[in-house]
Amino acid sequence: MSEVLVVVDHVDGAIRKPTFELLTLARRLGEASAVFFGSSDKGAEAATKLGQLGAEKVYVVDDTEIKGYLVAPKAEALAQLVEKTSPAAVLFVSGYEGKEVAARLAIKTGSGIITDAVDVEEGGVVTQAAFAGNYTVKGKVTKGVPLITVKPNSAPVEEVGAAGTVEEFAATISDAAKKAQIVAQQPRKASGRPELTEAAIVVSGGRGTGGNFEPVEGLADALGAAVGASRAAVDSGWMPHTFQVGQTGKVVSPQLYVANGISGAIQHRAGMQTSKTIVAVNKDEEAPIFELVDFGVVGDLHSVLPAATEEINKRKG
Amino acid sequence: MNIVVCVKYVPDSTADRQFESDNTVDRVGVDGLLSELDEYAVEQALQLKEKNEGTTVTALCVGPEKAVDAVRKALQMGADQGILVTDEAIAGSDYVATSLVLAKAIEKAGSENKVDLVMCGMASTDASGSVVPAMLAERLDLPQVTFASVVETQGDQVRIKRDSDTATEVIGATMPLVMSVTDQTGEARYPSFKGIMAAKKKPLETWSLSDIGVDAGEVGLSVAWTEVTETTARPPRTAGEIVKDEDGSGATALTEFLVSKKFI
Repeated sequence: MSEVLVVVDHVDGAIRKPTFELLTLARRLGEASAVFFGSSDKGAEAATKLGQLGAEKVYVVDDTEIKGYLVAPKAEALAQLVEKTSPAAVLFVSGYEGKEVAARLAIKTGSGIITDAVDVEEGGVVTQAAFAGNYTVKGKVTKGVPLITVKPNSAPVEEVGAAGTVEEFAATISDAAKKAQIVAQQPRKASGRPELTEAAIVVSGGRGTGGNFEPVEGLADALGAAVGASRAAVDSGWMPHTFQVGQTGKVVSPQLYVANGISGAIQHRAGMQTSKTIVAVNKDEEAPIFELVDFGVVGDLHSVLPAATEEINKRKG
Repeated sequence: MNIVVCVKYVPDSTADRQFESDNTVDRVGVDGLLSELDEYAVEQALQLKEKNEGTTVTALCVGPEKAVDAVRKALQMGADQGILVTDEAIAGSDYVATSLVLAKAIEKAGSENKVDLVMCGMASTDASGSVVPAMLAERLDLPQVTFASVVETQGDQVRIKRDSDTATEVIGATMPLVMSVTDQTGEARYPSFKGIMAAKKKPLETWSLSDIGVDAGEVGLSVAWTEVTETTARPPRTAGEIVKDEDGSGATALTEFLVSKKFI
């Protein structure tokens, strides 16, 4: 069975959940091999977890020389690994880096690329949502090695207990690849809440909050959810851009999305329409968001959310 | 400074967008326009022009003949000249082929006066893949500074700030390079009446594939690196239950719903 490479998304060795979802998808296409950019120590540590969740092999690429640079060096290393392993596919997490490493790799290896997959089936059929989620598109890569970037929450994480055998891979990186330098990096402050793109539940607020996000945050915490915001709320300066859900912010597809005081403009829908269950609270019963919902409350979020939060906390005991 | 800004002609995202019978995006039957996200790239290019005397901004578009509208809009905003690469053979091109056409056009545009900066929007509003800027960088053998929320330049030195999923980063590089910008870089200007009039006299060239040295067999739907096998309109969501909040009933109903779906 051919190998399927899964590029590990991690912060200083802490593997982000979407990587584990990729392992599940990879096993549908072949034998999952993870590719870890980092030190050998961190790689060995990561391999235990990656093995448990489906990786037969873990290629560790030492990143001492390349970690200060953007995208290009990883694409070079992966091109060499693709050459060595002739994989059936390479899977990436759909984020800035995953997409762009895949993009460069596509040109280097003459391969087709599909971005923002929400499912990958046996045989390499990839499902995407198009036009703000109004269409479902199925497709395949027909040339080279299929390069697929996958959105978070697209597959379950499965405990399988694969070997997770570590293999160091020495890549040769050209000087030309080391030109866009990461001058400074400030990790996002931990909010104590799940990360927006990976969260199973997202509770968002928009213009209707009037700038007071307390009711939204209260409900989010009762549900163990991430907090999001509409573009209107971000443009008003109420929430930082990193919270924005929508076309130019984060694209999320959680199990549950609760939109509060959000009208549901196309820009916002593009970022959340593939959520499994959608709930909205809005004063305006004509708000387009109500066309999308499984459940909606026409009412003032400032009274509905705190009351719901209290009830939920009570039920949880 | 010589700046080429790539602009895409896309179906209006507020219109009823659809696919053709061959599963390509309908770019003719639906009103099109300059992709909103590319307006921010045009804006940043124009701001650089204002700061650096002797800068030329060229708007470059690949698309059907109608796509000239996207180039015109960029000219009206203030770009100096425009290029539309159009050729029947290009229809149905995927990312890999589109990036080839753009790269070859950029090479031709810089044949006399080398291009210092290729500017792009963070994504198109139709395919929203965000991969073409990185592909251009790869093809042109240039560094990339992408998804910028803040852009700073000094001579040929470039610094951008960007918000990735887990960190805020500052990226530095030296021109020539490929840059992509987000809507966080700042509102794009509206064309002024003067701008609209001036645009009519600006040079606007139309190139075919042979003008840029690309063989028709290298691009288009039939040789695409990817194949779309099926496009289905998502069934309208079955009408959900909507309740009116009266004296706190909304909160109880909401809680009951969340319990019934096992979210609590």
